[in-house]
Amino acid sequence: MNPIFATALWLAPVLLLLAMACALLRLLLGPSAEDRILALDTLYVAAALLVLVLGVRANGGGAYFEVALLIALLGFASTSAMAKFVLRGEVVE
Amino acid sequence: MSHLSDVPGWVQGVCGALMLLGAVLALIGAVGVLRLPNFFQRVHATTLASTLGGWAIGVAAALYYSFSAGRVALHPLLVPALLTLTVPVSTFFLMRAAVFRHRLAGTPGVPGSLGSGGEGGDLADRGAVADTDSVVRGRD
Repeated sequence: MNPIFATALWLAPVLLLLAMACALLRLLLGPSAEDRILALDTLYVAAALLVLVLGVRANGGGAYFEVALLIALLGFASTSAMAKFVLRGEVVE
Repeated sequence: MSHLSDVPGWVQGVCGALMLLGAVLALIGAVGVLRLPNFFQRVHATTLASTLGGWAIGVAAALYYSFSAGRVALHPLLVPALLTLTVPVSTFFLMRAAVFRHRLAGTPGVPGSLGSGGEGGDLADRGAVADTDSVVRGRD
């Protein structure tokens, strides 16, 4: 196996997990509601990328790609809904 | 089901480099979200992961799946394409909400509305200014 690929297979998930940890810390600290929503946004993007990398790691088995797509879609919906809530006080008017 | 040995070495190298690039960009973006001093600076940092980082990992996955399955498999590119389309939209919503709240709270450095018939008049018409104002001020 190529050494760069062998390194990337374990290093990329670790880096993405570190990114998710940073976002989680901001989610817990975040002084305002917008900061928390932004942290959640960062968290789900990193999670979708992590699932893609795990899919390469699993060598095409499993449903990793579909899971990444679902995370990206639901993340968009939830961020928009929460931003709407912060702006207007309710989601569906 | 194919195995790792089916994928040529140079493809593995390119995939590995792209995955590392994407992961490093996502990490830099997340560190920015954690470390930058205020919200309007933090909101920029997250785009690193969702644009270039996402495309790097998506291209790596597409390349790897294509060579490992022995046919063109571009479906992993759907994920970064979706992120590139949706993240700016949700960030824009979030940004508007933040500007609205910071204006009400009177945070220094937040731009006011452009013209008299713009955002400010809209807020006054809504009649929500007094309520939200006290809530936002009370939090500080």
